Amino acid sequence: MTAETRKFDPAQATKFFTGRGHSGWLGLQYSDHGDDWVELELPWREDLLGEEGQRVLASGPILSLMDMASGMAIWRAMDEFSAIATLDLRVDYVRPAREGSSVFGRTQCYRLTRSAAFVRGLAHDGNSDDPVAHIQAVFMKIAPSAPVANRD
Amino acid sequence: MTERPDDAALTPYARALGIELDHWDGDAPVMRVAFDETVEGRPEHFHGGATGGLLETAGYAVLRSVLAASGRTATLKPINITVQYLAAGKSQTSYASGRITKLGRRSANITVEAWQDDRARPIATAVMNVLMADG
Repeated sequence: MTAETRKFDPAQATKFFTGRGHSGWLGLQYSDHGDDWVELELPWREDLLGEEGQRVLASGPILSLMDMASGMAIWRAMDEFSAIATLDLRVDYVRPAREGSSVFGRTQCYRLTRSAAFVRGLAHDGNSDDPVAHIQAVFMKIAPSAPVANRD
Repeated sequence: MTERPDDAALTPYARALGIELDHWDGDAPVMRVAFDETVEGRPEHFHGGATGGLLETAGYAVLRSVLAASGRTATLKPINITVQYLAAGKSQTSYASGRITKLGRRSANITVEAWQDDRARPIATAVMNVLMADG
């Protein structure tokens, strides 16, 4: 029952992060989570198409979805919220997302060190066995300001 | 005369995000996006996804420009992108411009840089592979 003893709640945190800013503009929503993974939902939007005349979601919103979901998976794995910064994010777009479908971003923080967090994940449009994209990412923890030691 | 994409050549996504053409640097369009809530991540900073979207848009823009100059038409499809985040994007306008490293028959390899006040100090870079389907 580890989930119930944890402090960081991805469902609550998603509401906080998506109430404003870029994530709010995209309309990201909480979908699901586990001990070290989080899934967010990017609802279909008519104005986020990638090519004029084609009904295909642009790649940019998928990148944003996966960046946000990666952060949530890291905080879930750390079980706390602390400042992190994306260092490296790779997205392989393996097929177009279906017109009119939400895209779900599922990310797992598979390794945490003192300074770095390693994430892998996939984006799918309803069936996680048939992904639209795969990602790999590395985040750095942002060190709190230097400890104030030996101060009188 | 090279046919140059204007703002109308931007994808619907890029226009919704507020990306615009700033100026031309030779054959490469320099794109910009002003800082506002649409691109904001943690307070007063660019969201990494928005920076990535700007990089991708600049990459597609230089490819469209070069294809148009050589009379080619193609439907562009993303294969992948790898973004390196080098510095926090602060609450000011960001710029990005791409360079085609390799233009093949079916795919192009593009490198892109994004910066704010000093082009010599990029805030993020990207490498993209783009598929060019006959269009």
